[in-house]
Parts: sequence; structure tokens; C-alpha cells
Amino acid sequence: MTAMFGSIDAIILARAQFAFTMSFHIVFPAFSIGLASYLAVLEALWLWTGREVYMALFNYWLKIFAVAFGMGVVSGVVMSYQFGTNWSAFADKTGSIIGPMMAYEVLTAFFLEAGFLGVMLFGLKRVGPRLHFLATLMVATGTLVSAFWILSANSWMQTPAGYAVNPAGQFVSADWLKVIFNPSFPYRLVHMVLAAYLTTALVVGAVGAFHLLRDRHLAGPRVMFSMAMWMATLVAPIQILAGDQHGLNTLRYQPAKIMAMEGHYRSHPDGAPLVLFGLPSQAEARVKYAIEIPKLSSLILKHSLDAPLAGLDTVPRENWPPVPVTFWSFRIMVGLGFLIAALGLFSLLERWRGKFYETRLLHIFAVMMGPAGFIAVLAGWVTTETGRQPFTVYGLLRTAESASPLAAPAIASSLLAFIVVYFVVFAAGVTYILRLMAAPPHHGEQGPRSDVPARAAGITPAASVAAEGAV
Amino acid sequence: MIPIDLPTIWAFIIAFAVFVYVVMDGFDLGLGILFPLFPAKAHRDVIMNSVAPVWDGNETWLVLGGGGLMAAFPLAYAVLMPALYTPMIAMLLGLVFRGVAFEFRWRTTRSGRNRWDIAFAGGSLLATLAQGVALGAILQGVHVEARHYAGGWWDWLTPFSILTSAALVIGYALLGATWLVMKTEGDLRDRAYRLSWVFLVLMIAAIGAVSIATPFLHVQYTHRWFAWPGIVLTAPVPVAVAGVTALLTRSLAKKYDYQPFLLSLALFALSYAGLGISMYPYIVPQSITIWQAASPERSQLFMLFGVAVLIPLILGYTGWAYWVFRGKVKVESGFH
Repeated sequence: MTAMFGSIDAIILARAQFAFTMSFHIVFPAFSIGLASYLAVLEALWLWTGREVYMALFNYWLKIFAVAFGMGVVSGVVMSYQFGTNWSAFADKTGSIIGPMMAYEVLTAFFLEAGFLGVMLFGLKRVGPRLHFLATLMVATGTLVSAFWILSANSWMQTPAGYAVNPAGQFVSADWLKVIFNPSFPYRLVHMVLAAYLTTALVVGAVGAFHLLRDRHLAGPRVMFSMAMWMATLVAPIQILAGDQHGLNTLRYQPAKIMAMEGHYRSHPDGAPLVLFGLPSQAEARVKYAIEIPKLSSLILKHSLDAPLAGLDTVPRENWPPVPVTFWSFRIMVGLGFLIAALGLFSLLERWRGKFYETRLLHIFAVMMGPAGFIAVLAGWVTTETGRQPFTVYGLLRTAESASPLAAPAIASSLLAFIVVYFVVFAAGVTYILRLMAAPPHHGEQGPRSDVPARAAGITPAASVAAEGAV
Repeated sequence: MIPIDLPTIWAFIIAFAVFVYVVMDGFDLGLGILFPLFPAKAHRDVIMNSVAPVWDGNETWLVLGGGGLMAAFPLAYAVLMPALYTPMIAMLLGLVFRGVAFEFRWRTTRSGRNRWDIAFAGGSLLATLAQGVALGAILQGVHVEARHYAGGWWDWLTPFSILTSAALVIGYALLGATWLVMKTEGDLRDRAYRLSWVFLVLMIAAIGAVSIATPFLHVQYTHRWFAWPGIVLTAPVPVAVAGVTALLTRSLAKKYDYQPFLLSLALFALSYAGLGISMYPYIVPQSITIWQAASPERSQLFMLFGVAVLIPLILGYTGWAYWVFRGKVKVESGFH
């Protein structure tokens, strides 16, 4: 019953619009999930130890959080309406399953974040340190709960489970627990939350290192650099393990995606090579100029050198994902992942040598790795979202059957408008964030809205609260 | 025992979410609309600070309205969104501009601040115009064939939708002006009083114009409002509007602080009830009823559980946040 309304052009444009608005959006949650937790840790340390440096760092990062969170909210509202405006056939068919999960995300996460954000940003003086810490915790919890629901919804589209199809052709739930805890969800959730923590740690570490390069005695930058590097040291190896497990899960449920990631156009009955680099050609169905390590792919994916691995030659041509994009974005993500782990090990070595705050090479490396988390997150999402093409609900609903009945000019105009507005707005926002980061955190750092001169800067928590009230 | 009708319950829940959105984001969009009328930086700082801690929560109700509609009435969502394509995109872009302005205007130089002030005002106006047009377009009905929107991408633009759009701008401006009466003092509040008068008069004219125009759209609306037994339900609405208007006039004349805002909310509630009376039981007027659009019982029940537990909690902590930032916002010692 599904006529194909949109022309091929309209569908390409709708996909471009989703990819563009989503890529802009995901950067901010990836940052604010990690930053909210970091802020909660800083405030807890301040309450626990009473050391002023933690409050200074808290206020320093809180201002940056406020700007980033605002951009995440407005770009997120756009996403919640994209399903209806550009993908209305998808919304009609999957609304009974995706909709409730998004509604739960709003009810359990967005309201929690929004409700306590005002108190977190501006309310320390009004509610006192303990209730304020509760507000910070609620915001941090909200970001994680939000990740839970949206990744569950995305995972259901990748590995649908617990559903039935009604006479109108709609997917309906048969078992909510199976829908929510669908096969790829636990892996995706762990992988993404760790990615968000690493992304934030790299930003915090880069800002700390940047200021240490200018003056390695600054208390604030020393603390944040050290905290961030512990994160990189400990979490990067865990992330590599989690990514490997996620890959094995994908091999089981979305084998064509793994074939695209690995560049395996043809099957290998006795041990598949790991293609390090090469130029995948969709037309010729082979990877040109491939540099391969024999049998390694089978070892990684099947834990056996000679295990057979099927290739895209076993998949009908019309179900092939676009291999070149999937292949390259995957290599970018993995390459950055290993670089992040290398940074963590390097910092551990310098810590052990007692040169952690002196080794300029470490600090320069950390500054350069500042944006690495964002790029890795984007590359990872490109891998998983192009790798599941040509389906929106894997194996069940094709992307071409999901689009709205819109004419190409309508989508082209809105895409153009999004591109212009996002570049203006988010370029300004990133500039403001970088400007905030360019100044080091100082003694008696004030929270958001510190354009009014403060009367005094405190040293103990109580005095800082009083100083906060003066602003 | 009357069987519980889930789609009707859900129609009320979505209507409630949209109403909370309309009045909560209504007053802060209204502040954006009024922004050009308050050129002084000190005034603008106070206006921004009066909503900075709560605007994000206000906007979340819009996400709940959209997400809830998709979840509870996926067919309506799938039909209405393409039908309202241009207004929806315009609204989202307007909300982007005004949303970021809350933080950006504090992080920049004087000329940069002026730019973000324009973005705040322009974005608020654009979002309101788009919401008003969308309201008119929904009331006049959209062209549906076989579960899909089948009209063009300019169908939403009619004299009626322009009228509802202007009416919503006026309504939000009234909410914004009375909010300022409640939250500010001194010459800022004096100006807000004067603006409240202006927008109250315009609001009554707008309610009148929309009320006269709506019955002409569809014979169903005429029947609903003027035929027995509907008239039992509908007749009290205009009477209540007249009563609230009288009280609002009195509270403005006596220069009360809280009453003008609360009575403006009541005026919105009555207008909203009027719209609900016109539309029920259609969710896409004249083509799709709430029962036709409803998602399966299993989906609606699953969410109903969450709504029943979480909405009271949300209202609780949202109320707490408003309570924390209660009282007048002062120029010299705001919480910024």
C-alpha cells in the first residue's frame, strides 16, 4: 500500500537534512552528558573537601555548560519534529513503538534536566549548597536517562524485537521489555555513554593543557588536566573492549553492516583478511589498493584464524549499504580511539616519572586531541547509520518507504535554511565557548551571568556562596 | 460502569500538554515580541533574567506535545506535520534563534548583544506567527488521502490562518506584558501596565474575530456552537470570557501585581476550551478522529502509566523551580 511518493531526489534531500541536523545536534549532548557528570563530581568534591579550586572549576565549566546545553536544547527540539515533517510514513508506521520511548525520554529526562537547570545555573545562593548539589545531580541524571531512551529507540530501529505488525501496516508492541532491551541496545548504550565521557575528558584535558603550556603552576588547570587524563587512561581501554563487543553484536544481527565496515565485498571461506586501508568501489564491488593483514578479520570477529566470513556477495545488491562511507568513517573512529588510548598511556607514563605537569609534549598532544572525541562520535554514528542502510527499521522498512509525501523543492528550501541558520548560530556559540575556554579559571571564579562585578571572592564553601550571592 | 476510553484520555493529555506549552512558552515568547518596545539595556536584562531559569522547562512541553502526538496518535502526527511543513520549520528555526539568545547575549560585546537581542525578538515573533498559522491551518482542515497528507505545501496559508496567527501574537504579547507586571517594578512595570491595556483590547478584538470566522469554516462548527444540545456546553464560554475580561480590566485599573497575569491565563484557557469544543472528536478536523488516529491500546496504556506517575512529579519540581525564583526581579541585584 505504500506508494513511493518522494522522488529519489526528495529522499536524498530528506536524508541529507536528517544527517545535517542530527550531526550538529549529537555534538552537544555528547559533550553535555559528560560535562554534567563532571560538574556533579566537582561539586561533590567541593562539598567534601571545601577546597576553593573545585568551586572555581565548577563555575568555570558551568558557564560553558550553559552555552552548550542551550544549543543542545534548540537543536534537539528540531530533531523531535523531523520524524513528522520529513519522515511521516516512518512516523505513522513506527510511532506506536518509537513514540512512547521518546515520550518517556521527555517525561523522565528532559523535564528533569530543564526543571533543575535553572537552579543549577542561577540558584546556589537561593537554595544553599546541598539543594544545589541535588539540582546538579538531577541534571546529570537527566542527561544519562535521556541517553538510555534515545539509544533504546535507535537500537530498536537497528535490531527490532518484541513487535507485531497490525492490519494498517503499523509496527505495534508485543512485549515492551523486548522492545526496550532489544539485542543491540546494551552495547550501544555503553559504547555511547563511554564515548560521551571520553569526549568531555578530552575537551577538559585540552583546556587544562592549554593553560599549563602558558603557566604550569595554575591550580585550576592542574586539577582539571589530571582528572581528565585519569579518565582517558582508564576509560579508553574499556571503550576499545566495549566497541569490540558492540562489533560482535553487530556481526550477529546486522552482518551486512560489518561487511561494509570491513570492506568485505566477497566471502572468505577460510579466513578473512583485515583490510587496513584501501579504496572501496561500490561499482566494481571490490576494495582497490587494499593493504591487508591476512586472516586477522576472522581472528577479531570469530576468534579463529580460519573461520569463514560471508561477504556482500551473499546479500542482494539492493540491500547493500554504501560501503565507502561506512568503511572510512569506521577507520576514522577506530584510529582516533587508539590515539585516545595512547594519550592516556602517555599521561600515565609521565605521571609515573613525576613529570606530569612539566612534559610539554604531553600537553601539546592533549591540546591537539581536544576535538578528537567529537570527531570519533560523529564518525561512529556515520558508521552505524550508513551501515544499516537501505533500511530505517532494519530488514523491515526501507528508507525510501519512510519519507514524507513532499516535493523536492520544499525539502531543499528547508535544508538550505537549516544550513544557513545552523552555521550562523552554532559558529557564534562555538566562538563564545572557545572564548570562555581561552581564559584560565581563576580564584573566586563566578558562575553564569558574571557581567556584574562581584564584591568578594571566598575561599571556603560558605564564603563562595556568599560571593555568589553578590553577583 | 462506563468503559474507559483510552483515545479520549489521551486526547485530553495531549491537549493539556499543548495548553501548558501555550501558556508557559506563551509568556516567554511574548517577552520576545515585546522586546523592541523596551529599548533600554537595563530593562532588557531584567526581562531576560525574569525567564532565564525557566524557559527551557517551558519549551520541553512542546517536545512532549510533539512526542506525545507521535506516540498516541501516530496517524495524526504523520498527516499534520507534512501539511504544516513550512510553519513547522519556521517555528523550529525561530526557536533556535531565540533559545540561544538567552546565553549568547551575555557572552558578547555591545554590538553582538544587539544582534542577539534582534535574534531573540525576531525568533520569538517568527515562532509565534508560525504556531498561529498552524492553529488556523489545523482548524480549517487538511486534505487527506489513504493515511497521507495529499495537499500542497502552501495550503496552510489562508486569510483565516493569518487571522489566527495575528491573534496568537496578540495573545502571547498580553501574557508577556502581564508577566512583566508581576515580575518587575518601577518604570519597567509602568510600561508593562500600559502595554497590558493595549494588548487586552486587541486580544478581545482577536477573540471576537476568530469566534465569528470559525463557524464559517465548516458546518460542523456551526452546529457544535449554535444547535441543541451543544449550546448548553458552548453558551457559558462567551459569558465566562466577558466575566474574565471585566475582572482583568479591574485588576489592571487597580494596578494589582499577580491578578492580571493569572486572569490572562484564564482568558487563554477559555479560548482554548472553545477550540477544543469546536474540534472534538476530530484530531485532524473533518478527516481523522481520535479513534482513527489512536495507536494501539498497548502503546497508550504503557505511556498512561508513565504520565500518571510522572506528570504530577514534573509539575511538582517545576513549581518548585518557579518558587525558588519567585518575586520581583531587580535591576541591580538579580540572580545573574
